[in-house]
Amino acid sequence: MRPGTEAELAEAIQGATGPLRLRGGGTRPVGRPLTGAVLETGGLAGIRLYEPGALTVVAGAGTTVADLEALLHDSGQRLPFEPMDHRGLFGTTGAPTLGGMVAANASGPRQVQAGACRDSLIGLRFVDGQGAVVKNGGRVMKNVTGYDLVKLMAGTWGTLGVITEVAFKLLPAPEAAATLVFDSHAPEQAVQAMAAALGSPYEVNGAAHLPDGRTVLRIEGFAASVRYRAGELAALLARFGAARLLDREETAALWLQVRDVAPFHAPPGDVWRVSCTPSDAPLLAARAQGKALFDRGGGILWLLVDEGTDLRARLGPFAGHATLIRASEETRRALPPFHPEQPAVAALAAGLRQRFDPRGVLNTGLME
Amino acid sequence: MQGGISVEMPEPNPAVLARRAQIVARLQSVLPPDAVIHDPHETRAYECDALTAYRCAPLAAVLPSTTDEVAAVLRICHEEAVPVVPRGSGTSLAGGAMPTADSVILGVARLRSVLQIDTANRFIHVQTGMTNLSVTGAVEGDGFFYAPDPSSQLACAIAGNIAMNSGGAHCLKYGVTTNNLLGVTLVLMNGEVVTLGGPFVDAAGYDLLGVVCGSEGQLGVVTEAWLRILPKPEGARPVLIGFDSNEVAGACVTDIIKAGILPVAIEFMDRPCIRATEDFAKAGYPDCEALLIVEVEGSEAEIDAQLGLIRDIAARHDPVEFRESRSEVESQKIWLGRKSAFGAMGQINDYMCLDGTIPVSALPHVLKRIGEMSREYGLDVANVFHAGDGNMHPLILFDANKPGDLERCEAFGADILKLCVEVGGCLTGEHGVGIEKRDLMTVQYAPDDLEAQMRVKDVFDPRWLLNPAKVFPLVVSQARRAA
Repeated sequence: MRPGTEAELAEAIQGATGPLRLRGGGTRPVGRPLTGAVLETGGLAGIRLYEPGALTVVAGAGTTVADLEALLHDSGQRLPFEPMDHRGLFGTTGAPTLGGMVAANASGPRQVQAGACRDSLIGLRFVDGQGAVVKNGGRVMKNVTGYDLVKLMAGTWGTLGVITEVAFKLLPAPEAAATLVFDSHAPEQAVQAMAAALGSPYEVNGAAHLPDGRTVLRIEGFAASVRYRAGELAALLARFGAARLLDREETAALWLQVRDVAPFHAPPGDVWRVSCTPSDAPLLAARAQGKALFDRGGGILWLLVDEGTDLRARLGPFAGHATLIRASEETRRALPPFHPEQPAVAALAAGLRQRFDPRGVLNTGLME
Repeated sequence: MQGGISVEMPEPNPAVLARRAQIVARLQSVLPPDAVIHDPHETRAYECDALTAYRCAPLAAVLPSTTDEVAAVLRICHEEAVPVVPRGSGTSLAGGAMPTADSVILGVARLRSVLQIDTANRFIHVQTGMTNLSVTGAVEGDGFFYAPDPSSQLACAIAGNIAMNSGGAHCLKYGVTTNNLLGVTLVLMNGEVVTLGGPFVDAAGYDLLGVVCGSEGQLGVVTEAWLRILPKPEGARPVLIGFDSNEVAGACVTDIIKAGILPVAIEFMDRPCIRATEDFAKAGYPDCEALLIVEVEGSEAEIDAQLGLIRDIAARHDPVEFRESRSEVESQKIWLGRKSAFGAMGQINDYMCLDGTIPVSALPHVLKRIGEMSREYGLDVANVFHAGDGNMHPLILFDANKPGDLERCEAFGADILKLCVEVGGCLTGEHGVGIEKRDLMTVQYAPDDLEAQMRVKDVFDPRWLLNPAKVFPLVVSQARRAA
C-alpha cells in the first residue's frame, strides 16, 4: 500500500486486518524482524512551507532527506542535527525519508551542540493505530501548549503512529569549517581531550575518536572566528599532542564518515550503539572486546563485535543503554535490539502502545 | 499587579473533605511534623501562585525532603483518592500550582541538594527544589552555566522549570529546558519511582523524558534531575537598536536571522513599554517607536565581527539609534530596562501578560493587528518579547477598579491568542497552559489532538489525581476526572 494523502493513509490503517510494516525509504532495518503488509509513506512527499527568515520548514513525511537538504542548501541553511544516513551500514539502497529519520530520531555528531533530531523537531502530524489524525506542536520554536507529543513520537519507530508531516527548526549553514586532528591517541587520552575541547568556550560541534587512533574535533562558523578558535583550541590541547588542521572540504568528508560510522561498513559483525557517560566509554569499549568508534565526545560509542555477541552481558551494568543496530534477523530475534527497561518504565511504554495502537497493527513488536 | 481572570475549578470532592483529619494523620505518619502544613492559617500561603486572581487554600501542604518521602506521600494520596498539586517555587504565571480545596500541595522546596557535579561529562545532578539560578551558581566557579534562564530564575525551581518546559531570553541559541534536560527521577502517582534518562546524551526506548518535560506536573513528580551544563562563552555584548516603527524593527529581526548570524538573544520593546521602563528604571533608552536588544557571544574579535554584520543590516532599516555597549556597565544598562519591564508596567497599571508565539515572519502583521484591536477595545498594550523566536509577551493594561475593564481585558487577551494561532503560532511559548489558557486549548487543538494528549495522562496517572484540573478544558477532561 502506498497512500498518496494523509486521509488515504488513515483509511488504510482503519481498514487493516493484520500487522502493518511501515516503510519510508526502507533504509534502516532496525529492531525485531517484522511481519505483515508493507505500508509505504513515500507518497506523502512535498515541502509544505519554507520560511528562511523564520528558520523553519514543514514537509510531508515521505519527502526524501536529500530533497530537503538540497532545498535548504540553496538558501544557506541546514538541519541542525546532522542526521545519520544508515545505508552504508546496512547496504540498503532506498532514499531515506523525513518520516523515517524522525521515527529513528536519526542524529549525528553535531548532537553535542545542536541536540538530536527530536530537539529540532517543532511539530508533526501522525495517524494513530485506529486511523485518527493527530497534530502536535506547530511551526514555531517555542511552544509549551499541551503535552510535547513531538518528542514522544521521535524515536518510536512507527510503533505509536505513522508520521505524515514534520516541522523543523533550522540553522544557518556556516561560512567556514575546520577540523583538528590528533593522529594517535589511546581511548582514555582521546576522551580526556574531547572533554577538554567540549568544556572550552570554542564551540566544538563534533568530537570523535576513530578506530585508527585519530581524535578529531570540528569547529564551524564565520571564517575569521573558525581560524581564531582552531588556534586557541590547539593551544589549549597542547598537552594531548600536536594537531593537524583539515580544511573545509576535508572536514566535510571526514564528518560524513563519522556520522555514518563508515569504518564499520565493510567489516562483518554486529554493530551496536551505546549511549553512556563519556568518561565510561573507554572502559566499556575495552569490555566489548571489539572495535570502537567514539562519537559525541564518547557519549555515543559505536561497537563492532562478532556476530551474535550478547554485548550487554559483556558490558555489565553501566549508566546508559545499548542498542543493537546491525545484526542478522536471527540475532535480532535472540537478543532484544532495544535495551531492556526498568519494569515500571516498560509498563508505561506498553500502556502507551495499548492506547495509541490498541489493535497492535503498527510495526508490532519492533521495539520489544 | 497581575490581572485577574475568571476561572472555573471543579467542585471539591466531599468524600475527601470529610476524611481530612484521617488524611492529614496518614501524611504525618510518613513525614516529620514540620513537613505537614494543615492549619488553615498556614495553608493560605499555598492558596495561589504568581497568577493571583484565583485563590483557594489546599486541604494540606507537604514539604518532603527525599524521593522516598515524596513516594510515601503520593502512595497515601493515591489510596485516599486525594488530588495532588505539585509546586516548585510558586512562580507560575499560568496557575500551574493553584490548588483546590480537596487537594494536597506537594512542595519541593526542601529538595535542595546538589547530588553531583561532573564538568568533564558536562552535567549536574540536582534535587529539583534548587532554584534555576543556584544551579548556575553551583558550576560557574568551574566556568560552566545552566542555559535556560526564565525571568524568574532567582526564585523559580528546577521542578517547575521541568513541569513547564521553561525558556528564557537566551533560548534562541541554547534551547529551552527540554533541550538541556538529560534525565529525571520521577515519582508516579501510585508512589512508584522511575528513572528516565540519566547522565548520558539520549534516553533509551520511548522518549518519556521528552513528554514528562512540559507536562505541567500532571504525569509525575520530578524529584531529581540531570541537567546539561555548558562552558561559559568568552564574552557577550548587547547592542540596542532603535526604530521609528514596530514593522521596521520586525523586518530587521528577520534580516538578522536570514544573514546567518545566531545571536543568543533578540529582545523587542515597543513605545509604551520603552516609556514605562524609562520612567521606572532610567536605563537611558532612546525616545523611539520600537527597539531591539541583540546580544552576541564569543571573543572580542568575534563579537566585533558579528556586531559589524548586525550594524550593516540595521543600517538598511534606517535606525534612529545604534548603541553598542563599550563596557560591562553599559551592557548592564542596556539590559536594565528590558529586565525591569514587567516591574515597570506593574508600577503604573494593572496588566495581563500574554505568552503566545508566532512565526517570526508574522511579527509586523501581528503587531499591527494588536494595535488595531487595542483601539477597538480601548485598552493600551505594551509589547515586550523574545523576537528571535517569535515568543510574544503583550501586556494589556487595564484598571482593576474600573467596572468592566477586567472583562474587556480578558476578551482582548483571548483575541490576541487566537490571532497567534491563526497566523500559525501557539497559545503559550514558555509560561504553560495551567488554568489560564486551559479553555482556549480547543482553539489550537482538535478533539483528536487533545484525546491523544490525555491518553498519555491515562497511562501515567490512570485516576487523574495529579494536578487534574489543568491544561485540558474541564468539559473535555470531565469524564476522566470523574472516573
